[in-house]
Amino acid sequence: MNPYRRSPFIRLSTILVYAFLYAPILVLIIFAFNSSRTNILFGGFITHFGPIKMVGSTVVQSPCGPFHWFCELAKNRDVMGATRNTLTVAIISTISSTIIGTLAALAMQRYNFKLKTFTQISLYIPIVIPEIVMGIGILVLFSQLFTFLNGFLGITGDARLAMGLPTVIVSHIAFSIPFVTLVVQARLQGFDKSIEEAAMDLGANELTTFWRVTFPTILPGILSGGLLAFTLSLDDFVITFFTTGPGATTLPIYVYGLLRRIITPQVNALSTVWVLIVFVIMLLLQRSQKKTN
Amino acid sequence: MLKRFRENKSFQGTILATPTLIFMVGLLIIPLLLTMVISFGTRSADGNVIYGFSLHNYARMFGISNECPNGQSTCFDPLYVQILWRSLSLAFNTTVLVILLAYPLSYFVARSHPKRRNTFLFMVLVPLWTNFVIRVYAWMMLLRTQGVINGVIGWMAGLFGLHFVPFEMLYTPGAVLVGMVYEFLPFMILPIYTSLEKIETALYEAAADLGANPFRTFLKVTLPLSMPGVVAGTILVFIPVMGTFIVSDLLGGKQVVLVGNLIQRQFLDARDPTFGSAASLILMVMTLIVTYFYTRKFGFGEEIISV
Repeated sequence: MNPYRRSPFIRLSTILVYAFLYAPILVLIIFAFNSSRTNILFGGFITHFGPIKMVGSTVVQSPCGPFHWFCELAKNRDVMGATRNTLTVAIISTISSTIIGTLAALAMQRYNFKLKTFTQISLYIPIVIPEIVMGIGILVLFSQLFTFLNGFLGITGDARLAMGLPTVIVSHIAFSIPFVTLVVQARLQGFDKSIEEAAMDLGANELTTFWRVTFPTILPGILSGGLLAFTLSLDDFVITFFTTGPGATTLPIYVYGLLRRIITPQVNALSTVWVLIVFVIMLLLQRSQKKTN
Repeated sequence: MLKRFRENKSFQGTILATPTLIFMVGLLIIPLLLTMVISFGTRSADGNVIYGFSLHNYARMFGISNECPNGQSTCFDPLYVQILWRSLSLAFNTTVLVILLAYPLSYFVARSHPKRRNTFLFMVLVPLWTNFVIRVYAWMMLLRTQGVINGVIGWMAGLFGLHFVPFEMLYTPGAVLVGMVYEFLPFMILPIYTSLEKIETALYEAAADLGANPFRTFLKVTLPLSMPGVVAGTILVFIPVMGTFIVSDLLGGKQVVLVGNLIQRQFLDARDPTFGSAASLILMVMTLIVTYFYTRKFGFGEEIISV
């Protein structure tokens, strides 16, 4: 019997589900090249290069040609600010949560200590409760804390403590730690301890053994944990929504705000850039994983 | 001192776990406890919290109202119970649909040539990592009355010379269901694939040798062995659907109000954080109860981290 045998029903439904997954993204990308500014119907591509010329709500000529909305996007200060915020949050929270989570994974896998069960349970909580519950909790904490501190220390005016990038970053670190820890723990479970013992037998001390033997072995696990933290942070809407403040808008929050008011092909251009970047990052990741395997 | 540190394994473990513990206690345990404290409080006239102990927010959530139409002191108002029920049934329907869509695809990938599996999985991950909000937007474009789906149907109707009245699809419960299924489909595909991939082909051969037809093999071998994946996938889909508010906000409009929307509005528009906190805790308890009974019946393994 051929182990790779799949019935026509399975094949057909697979094709349909893939179509379901990709059709919306394809539409999104096509409409990024829409000549119609209202973006309701597809008005065709912008074919002429030159200074911007509009007929009604249709763009007939642009210095960027069909890439008109991408150029508009690059000129949009709000988008650039939101991009900067998104990357700042993602980079700081990824580095912090990867280090903190890896230490916890080592503790959970290698040591017995009093609070071990408590730590393990608390790491599972973010996975089994809806994200909004954690978001609301953090919002309540910061708003009550800031109200109390502002009153207690008598801070007034612009100096008052308020939500902003720091609260977003701290919250992102908190929700990323459990995922990093789980991924690194899974990697440590498959770790062959005899190679550490061999290093010790050959005269390496604990520190040398860790840096020369243990760390390189679990590094792929740490990196994939870090990448997961990075993508979670880039993608996060809910927690950011409840912990952000004026001047700390990230891209998902910015897009959400736009969608509630107007829909322009600029949003499609932004989405297209996003899809492309994600695609390239994931392609590189898959290549590097193949190499390590 | 240093020697004691090097020999005390328990102390070392505690040190390594301390940063994580600080974050988990500070930004998870304390916030949850604070949410509970606030849910027992009352709202002041200017929208602040007055600490106290009152169960009125919970009573209100379960339908006991003090604003009655015909002068009674208390009466039953089903508004919030309906919202809870709507969220539960939507989460249930989404999960069932997602299982039905994910299973054949996962099976296809698990039984494809090992060299191609990564490519197929990669094709599932690309939509998953395309931003959540952007994916909802894509469905707004598709479902609008003047959107892509109506456009394509209208164009085809035009080819046959038929008159076509566009469907009203956006801002309906159906739109929210489709959006939820689309958002969470990959979270079901990956764990089911992980458990299917582990099944050894020898088992299929044995079943065939013993005279089982493909359908019986599926029922007796494949399905039971893939249950851990289905269970893990259900947890990864059911819980977020219960709490998500963007999908219903953008695709359901004012028609489809879920617990998530209710909570969000209490904190941002209606400004009663005490009632919002109570709703948030009820949501948490509901998902924990469902997860507890579900996993106690089926159990789940490492598939939960396959995403």
